Amino acid sequence: MLPGSVPDYNTALDVHRGKAILAGGGFSTWTYRQAYDISVPVYNPLIAHIDLPDRPDSYFRRFVAVSAQVGIHSDFRHQLNSIAMESESILVLDRCQSVNEDVLPMNKLCHGLHEFQYPQILQEATFCIIVRGARLGQTALSDAMKAGCIPVVLSDTYVMPFSDVLDWKRAAVILNEEDLDQIPSILTSISPAGISSMRKQVKFFWNHYFSSITAITMTTLKVINDRVFPYAATTYDEWNIPQPDPGVTSPLFLPLIPPRSQGFTAVILTYDRVDSLFKVIMEISQTPSLSKVLVVWNNQQKMPPPAAEWPKINKPLKVVQTKENKLSNRFYPYDEIETEAVLAIDDDIIMLTPDELEFGFEVWREFPDRLVGYPGRLHLYDEETGKWKYESEWTNDLSMVLTGAAFYHKYFSHLYTNSMPGNIKNWVDEHMNCEDIAMNFIVSNYTGKAPIKVTPRKKFKCPECTGEQIISADQSHMVERSECITRFADIYGRMPLQTVEFRADPVLYKDPFPEELKRFRDVGSL
Amino acid sequence: MQAKKRYILVTFSGVLLVLFYFGGLRILRNGNGHNVDQLSSLRSYLDHDDVHYDQDLHISPRQRRVARTNLYKNHKCRMETCFDFSLCKGDFKVYVYPTQEGEKVSEAYQKILASIRESRFYTSDPSKACVFVPSIDTLDRDHLSPDYVKNVPTKIKSLPLWNNGQNHVIFNLYSGTWPDYTELDLSFDQGQAILAKASLSFHNFRPKFDISIPLFPKDHPKKGGNRGDLQTNNFPIGRKYLLVFKGKRYLSGIGSETRNALFHIHNGQDIILLTTCKHGKSWEKYKDARCEQDNADFDKYDFHILLHNSTFCLVPRGRRLGSFRFLESLQAACIPVLLSNGWELPFSEVIDWNKASILGDERLLLQIPSIVRTIGNEEIMSLRQQTQFLWDTYFSSVDKIVMTTLEIIQDRVHKHLARDGFVWNRSPGALVMVPQYSENLASFPFYTSAIGVKPSQSFTAVVLATTPLVTQSVTFTKLLKSVAKSAHAAKILVLWNVDRPVPLKSKWPTLEVPLAVVDTETKMISSRFYPYDQIETDAVLSLDEDALLTTDEVDFAFSVWQSFADRIVGYPSRSHFWDEAKSKWGYTSKWTNDYSIVLTGAAFYHRYYNTLFSEYLPAKLRHRVDELGNCEDILMNFLVSHVIKLPPIKVTQRKIYKETMLQSTNPVRKTSEWLEPQHFNDRQTCMNEFANYFGYMPLVRSQMRLDPVLYKDMVSNLRKRYKQIELVDARPRTS
Repeated sequence: MLPGSVPDYNTALDVHRGKAILAGGGFSTWTYRQAYDISVPVYNPLIAHIDLPDRPDSYFRRFVAVSAQVGIHSDFRHQLNSIAMESESILVLDRCQSVNEDVLPMNKLCHGLHEFQYPQILQEATFCIIVRGARLGQTALSDAMKAGCIPVVLSDTYVMPFSDVLDWKRAAVILNEEDLDQIPSILTSISPAGISSMRKQVKFFWNHYFSSITAITMTTLKVINDRVFPYAATTYDEWNIPQPDPGVTSPLFLPLIPPRSQGFTAVILTYDRVDSLFKVIMEISQTPSLSKVLVVWNNQQKMPPPAAEWPKINKPLKVVQTKENKLSNRFYPYDEIETEAVLAIDDDIIMLTPDELEFGFEVWREFPDRLVGYPGRLHLYDEETGKWKYESEWTNDLSMVLTGAAFYHKYFSHLYTNSMPGNIKNWVDEHMNCEDIAMNFIVSNYTGKAPIKVTPRKKFKCPECTGEQIISADQSHMVERSECITRFADIYGRMPLQTVEFRADPVLYKDPFPEELKRFRDVGSL
Repeated sequence: MQAKKRYILVTFSGVLLVLFYFGGLRILRNGNGHNVDQLSSLRSYLDHDDVHYDQDLHISPRQRRVARTNLYKNHKCRMETCFDFSLCKGDFKVYVYPTQEGEKVSEAYQKILASIRESRFYTSDPSKACVFVPSIDTLDRDHLSPDYVKNVPTKIKSLPLWNNGQNHVIFNLYSGTWPDYTELDLSFDQGQAILAKASLSFHNFRPKFDISIPLFPKDHPKKGGNRGDLQTNNFPIGRKYLLVFKGKRYLSGIGSETRNALFHIHNGQDIILLTTCKHGKSWEKYKDARCEQDNADFDKYDFHILLHNSTFCLVPRGRRLGSFRFLESLQAACIPVLLSNGWELPFSEVIDWNKASILGDERLLLQIPSIVRTIGNEEIMSLRQQTQFLWDTYFSSVDKIVMTTLEIIQDRVHKHLARDGFVWNRSPGALVMVPQYSENLASFPFYTSAIGVKPSQSFTAVVLATTPLVTQSVTFTKLLKSVAKSAHAAKILVLWNVDRPVPLKSKWPTLEVPLAVVDTETKMISSRFYPYDQIETDAVLSLDEDALLTTDEVDFAFSVWQSFADRIVGYPSRSHFWDEAKSKWGYTSKWTNDYSIVLTGAAFYHRYYNTLFSEYLPAKLRHRVDELGNCEDILMNFLVSHVIKLPPIKVTQRKIYKETMLQSTNPVRKTSEWLEPQHFNDRQTCMNEFANYFGYMPLVRSQMRLDPVLYKDMVSNLRKRYKQIELVDARPRTS
C-alpha cells in the first residue's frame, strides 16, 4: 500500500522485486512494469468503520469541489486557496489549528475557524480534488470514492489503480498538475448528465473493486487471471459498465446490409395438412430470393408423403422429422438452414404474394437484427388489473409481428432454442400457444429494437374459418395470449417490447405512378 | 531415472505426513485464539498520525517537475516530461514542415503527410501548432531498403523547430536491418519525439507516449479504403478451416522460433499452417531438413482462399513483431490469433483487442488448437463483427491510421475531454466523435440504446429564410403554424440568410412556441447546418421556407426519428447511380424504387450532425457548397451515411413538396432554382467531388418508405392517428 519512505518515497518496493509481480499502491509510470505489476488503491483502514450513506443525484451538495488533503505541498495549497478565493463553491480544508485531544486528528478538518467532519464533508461536494502528496498514491482517492465524490486527480506520472482494466476516463477527471488553476472552468463545463454518469461509475468501481481489502485482493487476482488466460479474459464492458446496465447492444451490431444473393430459407412447420402445405410450397417457390424450403414434419404418428408426391419446384426442398410434436421446433436452428435469413411460415398461409415476400426479404436485409413480419400486434398495460393485455385490433401502434410469416436472422433461432429465460420455452410447448410472442420478446430483449411490419396485412385468415366454435376458441386463445405477455414480462423482469407507429412499404406504394414501373406491384390487399 | 524421482517424492511426502502428525496437531490445539491475538496486534500500514503528520516537503511541485524533466528524457519519455502542453492551449492543431525541394519522400509517407494536410487539425502556422510532423521520410529505416532516406540525422537536426524532438511525431514502419533487425535502430536520434511506429515491443515502448501503429503495405489506399470482407453474419459461421497461416520462415538472421515450430500443430485438415524457406537468393545455403516438405505444402494452397475460408488466422511474429498478416486477417474477418510475445498491439492505448482477436502465448504454441476450439459460435460472431468495425474505422486507409494517431494524442492533450474505451470500441468509433461537443454520451445519436436512454421528446425547427419578403408569404406563415402546432415542437429558429435587416417583431406570426430569428453571419447556405446554441433539443427539423407540411406529417416523421435518431428522416428523396457511360456518379430526382438521399429542405436529424458538418468536415467542402449555393443537403447525406454506414429514411408525404411545384403565382418567390438545369448539373458535380473527397461513395440505398401503420387502410379515418397525411391528393412532381 505504501511503498518507500522518507525522504525519497520510492514508488515501488525498496527491496529488489525480481520476477515477483508487485501489487503496489502508488506506482509511478517508471517503476510500474507494464502489463506485469498491478497498481492497487491505497485503502484507508482508518475510515473503514465510518458509514457513509448513498447520496442520490438529487442530494443537495453545497460545494462543486472540495480539497480535503492535509499533507500536500504548500505550493499546491496556495494554488488551491487562490482558486477557492475566486469561487465560493470550492472548499479547501486543512488541519485545524487547535487539536482537541479527544478527537482523532483525521476526523476533523478546518477551513479557517470552520470545522468540518471528515470524511462526511466529502459527500457535500460533487468533485473531490486529489493532488499528489509526498507519495503518488493517496488514501484521499479511496475516501472520495467511498463518499461517492468524483475524483479530480492531479498526480503526474501516477499509475491509477487497476488502470490495466478500469477506464478512469469514465469515473474521474484526470488533469496535469500544471492545470490546477483551470479546475473551476473545467469542472463547470461538465454537464449534469455527465456528472451523474461519472458518479454512478465511481460508486460501481468502489463497490466492486475498492471497498475492502478483500475486494482489492480479489480484483488483483482477477487481473492476473485475465493475463494468464487472455482469450477468456473479462471484457472491457464487464469491467467497466455498471450493472444492471439499462443499455442493450444488438448481438448483430455491425451496420451491415447483407447481400441479396444468399437469399432466405423458408421453414414450414407442419403436422398433417398436406394439401395446404403443398399449396404453400408452390406459392412461396415463386419468390425470387427463396434459396431453400425446409419442411419441419412435426407428426410422429405419420410419415411424410413419399418424395414423388411433393410439388416440383425449382428450389431445393428438404424435410426434417422431429422427435416430439413441439411448437418450438419451428424455431430450431437446423443445420439445413444455410442462409442468414429465415422465413418462418405456417402451412396454411397462402395469401402472401411473391412480391410481398420478396419485399419482406428486402426490408429484412435493411434490418437484419429485427423480426420482419406482416400483421402487427400490440401490448398494452391495463392500469385497472395491473396486467398486460394483448391487442389484435386495428391500432395505430405495434410492438410485435406474427410469426405465421416472418423473417428473422438464424441467430435468433439459436437464442430461442438455447437462451430462452425461465421456463418460457416449455410453457409454450405445453400450451401450444404464444411461441410468436416469445420470439418477439427474445429478439427485442437482445436488440432493444421493435419489429418491422411490412405492407398493410392485418390478418392471416382462411376464408372457411368462421363459425361460432372457432370464435369462442379464438377468444380463450386471446385471453391466454394476454396472460403470456404478463407471464413473460415477469420472467424477464421488465418489458422488453418496443412500440412503434410505422410500417414499411415499398417506396412507391400507392403513389400515382405507372404500376408497371414499380418494383413491388402486387402488395396491398388486407 | 523416472522411478528414482518417484521414490524420492514418496519418501518426501511420507516425512511431511509424519511431521504434520506431530507438529500440526499441536498447532491446531493451541491455534485459534492465539492467532487472532497476533493479527490484531499487527501494526496497520497506516494510522492517524501517519496521515496527519505526513507532509510533502519536497522542494516544490514545479521544481519536482523540472527535476523529473531533466531525469526522464529520451527512452524514458512520458507526456509529463517530454511534451510541452503549453503549446496546446487552444484547438488541437498539427503543423507539417514544408517538403524540401528534391527531398525523396516515399509514396506511403506522402499519403501520411497529405492526410494531415487535408485534415481539420492542420495548420500552416507553426505558432498555432501543438504537434509537429517532419516532412522527412522516416518510414523505412532499414538501410538495405530502396526507400531508405540518407542523412536523416542531419536533416532532422536542422529542422527549425526540432528542439530535440519535443512535440514532434515521427512515423516509422521499419527499423533495424539484417541480421538482427534491432527495434530501436532508426539510425537517427528521435530524442523527445513521439514515435508512431509499427512492431513496437512493450520493452521499448514508452507507455502513453509512443503510439503503436499497424504495419501497412505500400499500396494501402490513402482514403476511403475497401470495406471489410464480412458481408454476411451466418450463424454458425461454417468456414471450412479453423486456423490458417501462410508465410515465410527465416533461416538466416533473426527469425521466429514460433514460425519454425508451426508444423507441430498443422494437421492438414482444419488447421493449415504453411511456411516456406524460400526467401532471398541464398536460402538453399541455410536450408534445414524440413524445408523440402514445407515448401511443397506451401505451394499447394492459395493464401486468399485460406484467408477467406477460415475462422481464425494465425499472426505469428516474423523478423519483427508485427506482420502484414495482421491487417490482412482483420480485413478478411478472419479472427487474428496473435503469437508475438511482447508486441504492443496497434493503438492498444484505446483499442480493446480482446474484443476482436485471440491473444496467444508463443511459449504455449501447442495449446493454440485447443484454445481456438473452445471459442463458441456466439463469441466468434461477435469477434468477427468487431474485426470489421475496427478495420473500417481505424485501419482501412492511411488517412484513418494517421487520424487515429492524432486523435490519441488529442485525447492525451485535452485530458478531460478524452473519449473512453466505450466510444473507441463501438460503432461509429472515436474518429467521428468531436469531444468538444459534449462529454455526455446521451447527447450523441449513436448510443441511445447502448446506454438505455431515449432521445429528447421534442425538436427544434430550423427554417432557412432566403427571400426578403418571406414574412409576407402565406406559405411561410402556414408552415410556421403547422410546425408550431406539433406537440413536440420546442422552438422555431428562423435563419435569416437575407442581406436585409430582420423584419420587425410585429411582422412575424404569433405562434404557440417560441420563435427566434438568427441573423446569420455569412448569409451562406452552409449556415443552415451551423450548431447554433439556440438548438437545445436532440432533434432538428430542417426546413426550407417554402416547404409544405402538415402537423400530422411533422409528428409522424418525428415519431419515426425517435426510433432512428442516428439517421436523417425526411420526406422527398433522391438517388445516386453509377453512370457507366460517363464512368462517374449520377444524381437523379426521378421517381425510383429506391433512394439514397433525403432532402434536408424538410427532414429530421440529430443536432450532433450540425457539429460534424461544421467542425469535422474540412472547411474546403463547406466553401464549395457556399460557392455553388447548392448541394448542402447532398453533403449532409454523404456525411451521415459515412458515419453510420446506413441509408436515410423516407417517410410518407403528400406528393407535393414545394409550393413552386404547384406552379404558384406567388410574387415573392423567384423562379424556382430547382427547375434550372444549372442547379441540377451542379448537383451532379457535387456528387463526384464529394465521393472524391471521402475516397468512396458513402451513400447507401433503401427500398422502403415508412408509413403510419394504418396508412391508406380500408378503415374509418377516425381510427387513424395521422389523418392529414392521406387527405391531400397525390400529384407527381415535374423534376
